[in-house]
Amino acid sequence: MVIDLKELSIAKAHDHLTHRDFSARELAQACQRSILERDSDVHAYLEVFSDVLEQADRADERLRTKEKVHPLTGIPLAIKDNILIEGKKASAASAMLENYVASYDATVIRKLKEAGVVFLGRTNMDEFAMGSSTENSVFGVTKNPHDPSRVPGGSSGGSAAAVAMNGALGALGSDTGGSVRQPASFCGVVGLKPTYGAVSRSGLIAMGSSLDQIGPLTKTVTDAEIIFNTIEGQDPLDSTTLPEAERTQGRAALKGRGSIGIPRHFIEQGVDADVGAALDEAAARFEKLGYHVKDINLPNIAYSLSAYYIIVPAEVSANLARFDGVRYGLYKEGADLSGDYAATRGAGFGKEVRRRIILGTHILSSGYYDAYYNKANNVRRLVRADFEKAFAASGDAVDFILMPTAPTPAFKVGEKMSDPLQMYLADLFTEPANIAGIPAISLPAGFAQRDGKQLPVGIQLMAPHCGEAALFSAGRDFLGE
Amino acid sequence: MIGQSEIVKLALLAKIALSESELVGLQGEVDAILEHISEIQGAGEDNAVAKETGLNYNVFRDDGEPHASGIFTEALLSAAAKREGKYVKVKKIL
Repeated sequence: MVIDLKELSIAKAHDHLTHRDFSARELAQACQRSILERDSDVHAYLEVFSDVLEQADRADERLRTKEKVHPLTGIPLAIKDNILIEGKKASAASAMLENYVASYDATVIRKLKEAGVVFLGRTNMDEFAMGSSTENSVFGVTKNPHDPSRVPGGSSGGSAAAVAMNGALGALGSDTGGSVRQPASFCGVVGLKPTYGAVSRSGLIAMGSSLDQIGPLTKTVTDAEIIFNTIEGQDPLDSTTLPEAERTQGRAALKGRGSIGIPRHFIEQGVDADVGAALDEAAARFEKLGYHVKDINLPNIAYSLSAYYIIVPAEVSANLARFDGVRYGLYKEGADLSGDYAATRGAGFGKEVRRRIILGTHILSSGYYDAYYNKANNVRRLVRADFEKAFAASGDAVDFILMPTAPTPAFKVGEKMSDPLQMYLADLFTEPANIAGIPAISLPAGFAQRDGKQLPVGIQLMAPHCGEAALFSAGRDFLGE
Repeated sequence: MIGQSEIVKLALLAKIALSESELVGLQGEVDAILEHISEIQGAGEDNAVAKETGLNYNVFRDDGEPHASGIFTEALLSAAAKREGKYVKVKKIL
């Protein structure tokens, strides 16, 4: 059977694989051809693995003997460059880790290996996941497959572009302030940030440990659900993962269609006209489907951005202290040991990384700790409480919150590089979900016309803690799956 | 909000060697960012929140049996820039 990757989702591919319409090897080869055709322009991949066909052959063995066949067996996925695969390079798109080879599998990788996934390669990203455009990669920019003069979003831009260009059937990214959802929106794919604690962070190169989550980027909501169900779970190697008992609470199915709240007071500030129109159309679509849409108030939500840009640099400065040229990574010699550290870190870290470390060091220093870090954590509790109140089981409660994913469609390469603050504002609508720890999904919701090109626009649905099942259900309704 | 000398001090604390021009650039950028994030001072106090939803779950692992000595040594040491036998090698501190 001729493989047309444009028509294939993970679910459809699984069907074909189990009916032996084509083999995992043929599917992998189709992806390799697609990458050859498009990736010299897009640059989604930093490396396509040399053992792709061997992995596919192992999957074919399972499919042939019908032993341990999983919905993901033989499915080709792309993996963000900050998720460790044993024996493969993982560089977080940084000179600091350019030649680092992972000595163990991330827990999510171990789970995907057990399912028989075929890992196509590692995808480009903003260095150490700091950025919203993938322009901060030391290994070059990734272009948006819909318009090569524009960014794919970030920091999981490579993963989003890989799926959008049909160079993979799905991908893993990581989301700390929107890094799965925003590129999903810019590239016209589905992107999920799970509940904090739903998916293990063991083997994910840490950025902001109280915010980081690994999430899938896929063409359909059903595909995102398949990947999420495979990678989630409590993990003794990550003590912030939620025990099963906590998760079951949230899994209770929604009765009927449910209600959706839109915090219009927050959105009105600086939203592109096309994004505003997409949001209104989405609200109308949900209403037609039987959901009840209304305005809600989240009084402290606007503080999410400042809380985020206090907490993240602080945690970054702590997490990146380990890169000193001693145990792994780049080593540059100095006059003495301190000099070794300074030379190594000066050479190994890019501009944005250095900026955030300096900021974080200031925020955590004595005299400022209270005013910034403690204050930000208090505000974090306030933001969480706002969401809790909105979702709480009382008369006024909503089941979902709807917002744009990003304030604009994909911007031009270089457009926001001169002013870090401008770049930070790109995450205005995605950060609240990370701050509150709740799950959020970006769904393709139409296009904006720019310079004769159709640029994808996404909308974002949020649910209470462990409410992924509800997100998948509403998402499927929205996309007509 | 932040001066040149403070940036120099922070670079020292963070152990990052920065060029003269970068120090100047950083001062302007960090200053602007601090200006923006200082708006957080306008947020209310956290009085009403008694219970947290979806609390960040974080527990200590039980003390258990350690793994067999030496089984990960080679895999880990192979990544070190300088090693000597089973040790990571660094310059003398004192």
